[in-house]
Amino acid sequence: MHHLWLIPFFPLAGFLVNGLFGKRLSKGAVGMVAIGSVVLSFLWALKALFGLAPLETAHVERYFTWIQSGSLVIPYELAVDRLTAIMLMVVTGIGSLIHIYATGYMHEEEGFYRFFAYLNLFMFFMLTLVLANNYLLLFVGWEGVGLCSYLLIGFYFLKHSASTAGNKAFIVNRIGDAGYAVAVFLIFLTFGTLDFPKVMEAAKALPVETSAGILTGICLLLLVGATGKSAQVPLYVWLPDAMEGPTPVSALIHAATMVTAGVYMVTRSAALFLHAPIAMETVAWIGLATAVMAATIGITQYDIKKVYAYSTVSQLGYMFLALGVGAFSAGIWHVVTHAFFKALLFLGAGSVIHALHHEQDMRHMGGLRKKIPITFAVLTCAWLAISGVPFTSGWYSKEAILGAVHHHSPLMYWIGVATAAVTAFYVSRSMFMTFWGEYRGHAHPHESPPVMWLPLAALAVLSLAGGALFNVPHILEPMFPQGHGEHDFMLEVIGSSAGLLGIGLAYVMYVANPGLPASIATSLGGVYRLVYNKYYVDEAYDAAVVRPIVNGSRTGLWQFTDVWLIDGMVNGAGSLARWLGGGLRMLQSGNIRAYAAWVVAGAVIFIIAAGAIAGSQGGLR
Amino acid sequence: MTLLDIVLFLPLAAFLVILALPGALSRTLALATSTGIFVVSLGLAAQVAGSPGAGALLETNRIWISSPAIRYHVSLDGLGLWLVLLSTILTPLCVLVSWNYITDRVKEYYAFLLLLEFGVIGVFVSMDLFLFYVFWEVTLVPMYFLIGIWGHDRRIYATVKFFLYTMTGSLLMLAAILYLYSKAGTFDYPTILQLLSSGRLELTAAEQLPLFLAFFIAFAIKVPLFPLHTWLPDAHVEAPTAGSVMLASVMLKMGTYGIVRFCLPMFGNAAHQCAPVINILAIIGIVYGALVALVQPNMKKLVAYSSVSHLGFVVLGVFTFTQQGLDGAVYQMLNHGISTGALFILVGFLYERRHSLEIKAFGGVANVAPVFSVVFMITTLASIGLPALNNFVGEYLVLQGAALVNWKYAAFAELGVIFSACYMLWLYQRTFLGEAGEQVRHHIHDLNARELLALAPLVVLMVWMGTGTSLFLKPITAVNARILQQTKQNVEYQVKAPTPPAPSARVEVADAR
Repeated sequence: MHHLWLIPFFPLAGFLVNGLFGKRLSKGAVGMVAIGSVVLSFLWALKALFGLAPLETAHVERYFTWIQSGSLVIPYELAVDRLTAIMLMVVTGIGSLIHIYATGYMHEEEGFYRFFAYLNLFMFFMLTLVLANNYLLLFVGWEGVGLCSYLLIGFYFLKHSASTAGNKAFIVNRIGDAGYAVAVFLIFLTFGTLDFPKVMEAAKALPVETSAGILTGICLLLLVGATGKSAQVPLYVWLPDAMEGPTPVSALIHAATMVTAGVYMVTRSAALFLHAPIAMETVAWIGLATAVMAATIGITQYDIKKVYAYSTVSQLGYMFLALGVGAFSAGIWHVVTHAFFKALLFLGAGSVIHALHHEQDMRHMGGLRKKIPITFAVLTCAWLAISGVPFTSGWYSKEAILGAVHHHSPLMYWIGVATAAVTAFYVSRSMFMTFWGEYRGHAHPHESPPVMWLPLAALAVLSLAGGALFNVPHILEPMFPQGHGEHDFMLEVIGSSAGLLGIGLAYVMYVANPGLPASIATSLGGVYRLVYNKYYVDEAYDAAVVRPIVNGSRTGLWQFTDVWLIDGMVNGAGSLARWLGGGLRMLQSGNIRAYAAWVVAGAVIFIIAAGAIAGSQGGLR
Repeated sequence: MTLLDIVLFLPLAAFLVILALPGALSRTLALATSTGIFVVSLGLAAQVAGSPGAGALLETNRIWISSPAIRYHVSLDGLGLWLVLLSTILTPLCVLVSWNYITDRVKEYYAFLLLLEFGVIGVFVSMDLFLFYVFWEVTLVPMYFLIGIWGHDRRIYATVKFFLYTMTGSLLMLAAILYLYSKAGTFDYPTILQLLSSGRLELTAAEQLPLFLAFFIAFAIKVPLFPLHTWLPDAHVEAPTAGSVMLASVMLKMGTYGIVRFCLPMFGNAAHQCAPVINILAIIGIVYGALVALVQPNMKKLVAYSSVSHLGFVVLGVFTFTQQGLDGAVYQMLNHGISTGALFILVGFLYERRHSLEIKAFGGVANVAPVFSVVFMITTLASIGLPALNNFVGEYLVLQGAALVNWKYAAFAELGVIFSACYMLWLYQRTFLGEAGEQVRHHIHDLNARELLALAPLVVLMVWMGTGTSLFLKPITAVNARILQQTKQNVEYQVKAPTPPAPSARVEVADAR
């Protein structure tokens, strides 16, 4: 026993302490509890992993039976294999850094204890998610992180836009979760168990489905779940709005960890997906479509957090593209490196916003290079990594993905390369608009305190060196053998040039010729407006789904069916009875024996009538 | 005299004592006696949940009326156990909830509450059909007065509607009971089951279907199953808080309990025959109830329609004839009692403060009542089936059972799960979040100790029943396995399974046949 349960338990304890007593504790104590619980969790995970090394096979710990009904047995069972080990390190490691940062960032906020209670609760659910050894326990974490996301997006609950964004996140995720749930039902129907090892073992024995069958169905439903949690087309719409939450939340939940849960879950179910090629192809195209769509929107946004939000959606699309072409370990590699550089981008953006007293619009920034140099330095590391500049962390994982995609389909590859250029372009744009030129705002920028920039420095190192330090495909080799591992030098040159091209283009447009973007936007006209307004997807969903449901329920179901039709009949029957009662009043003799006779007579008449009806229908056989 | 007899008759004794003593003592007496009854009833759990089998325990079987032979026959098994405990725990909570709210005719109010407890416990333990019917009707009387005297403006319309709806069903059931008596010569339920399984009592197809329907319609009105549900929103809106709680949490369960206890074992054949139609009605109810809840401007009506949706899950689970479905259905009866009970209590507290149930009269309550908001949030999450809270376990089992029979059932019912999040979170946003207005700031204050005490047991149960299920599920599973066996015994032909079951899941589906 390595007491894996302690890993999620520490943050749960932190949640309970801060949730129940946080109001009476000082901010320092709240911060200590919150950070301490996550760091303990990180250390315990490290200790367990060292004890379990080299972890060639999964280590399983069973604690008690959660649900038992007939042959359905759902144990509370945690497991670690190399995939989970990577996720554990990312979640607790990055989680610790973000918790430390947040004590600085949130210092002036009301509801300090509430914030950290939610954040710890999130860690508990996220760790449950990656440690679970069956689909139902994973679902506890899955919906649990969604809950915390809801609570944290709506953290500033006085703001209507914040609570609405929280509701949107929860409900859109619920739609995905419904797909996941039906997949779970079908998995039990098909395999008679929900345990990961048993399901995967049984799936491997089944033939590969060349036409749509039960495995394809299961995988597509799991994909529906993943599109919700990991913000893929068509359910990505909640993530950009999720930026209503405090910035550390955007970094931890809506960039580094929770949104990668879908990637993790699909990878965990790899044996199922590999036997359902139709589903795999769908995963790849959904990922690609998401990557392209979100990247183009990213070009046009002015809110710095919105840019990075769409960037997250786009990068998640990249991960799904990797999964879809069968490059699971490349997908997970990108999960890891993305966690480094995207957490850094968000926290850096938070540092900028903090410096400018809650200004998020890049049109009111500019020239901050000199004013907040540390923030600028660390953000530069993230910028290079996400742009795929050679030998930064992002470069490794991106090239691994593009290489695998090229092997699968050259068409997808070229779209992927173009998206990489766009990615480099919009991130460079955000950097140039923020740090170059003249300062266009009215605040007095000040550098953030060390409690905030120290975690950023750590993330900066990881963003630069994390790809070389952690060779994820190598770690995952026992689980996902590298089929086509040879490096194609030409592909790497093309991929790297795409990134550099994007940076260069942005330099030309935003530093060398600052007037150029506006004139291009004007000349593009309708196309620009379409992209700037995010392809009007929110508006379309509202008109096609939300409003018909609400209006239809109000007029069609409630006012017509319930009140007019059913109650109308009931009240009509009541009036009829009263009218008849007037005539039948003479039956009310007051004689109890007569009443009894009527009851019996009525009963007999009913029985005869019912019997006659049933008899005339030929009875039961 | 067994412990069960004591638990059954203590509320009646308390009813009489409250009536006899002066009104100033009533609420204290009611709290003391109902709490005492709850403590005593824990002994039932110790005995029944501790016994390994599914058999009926604590049996008392003696003649009540000699001709016609009506017996006082009561016993308890895993199906009735938790429903009895639900009734005994909710009654003291209801007293606490009513503590300051009820100022008019205090004595009668608390007396009726205890009489209601007597009635519902009787329903869950009666093993004689006539005795069951008597208790079934006994529960109507106190509820009629609770709504009719202490209710809101349109209470008379609501009570009459409630009474007529229920009476229509009960008369059908009475007719069926009398018919069964004429065939079997007894009202004794275990005897009838024995006669049926040994073949000494045979119901032809032409008899079974109308008998099944007579029982089923009576129960379905109580549940209520779509489209027989329109009495429920009116009754809830007009009822005082404690009335709503007892109505939703316990009395609706009388319907689903009756279906499981009587309809399945006695008329397995007809139940199977009607299952497709009933399942579709249940699924319509799940989705319809949730959608109508979504657009309610009155929060109590919203909760009432959500009950229609939740009870749809129970009915769906029962008519899957799978172990999982049936276990989930029974579990869901308890879950609904706990979370919807808590919701009605919370809504009642809001009404006491603001004197309005209109959602738009609120907004920003979280600013002035943080503890209230947290409890409401937890209850909301339980109600919408968040994993690791109670409702999730029941819903999961029900839908898993449904998927074993026909995955489309589960897929459509999942819509209800999505919409539940919509209506509850929207309600929460409009009531608790945002800036607090003048009226809210002025009238709303946080929960006091008494109110917290009324809610705390329910919150504990939400977490407990979501994480540690085995204590509760084990006795239920044992009884349900027996009921499925009985249902199968009385089915003399094979039902065609809608989908060919996969190898490993065959056990459950085979049970369903």
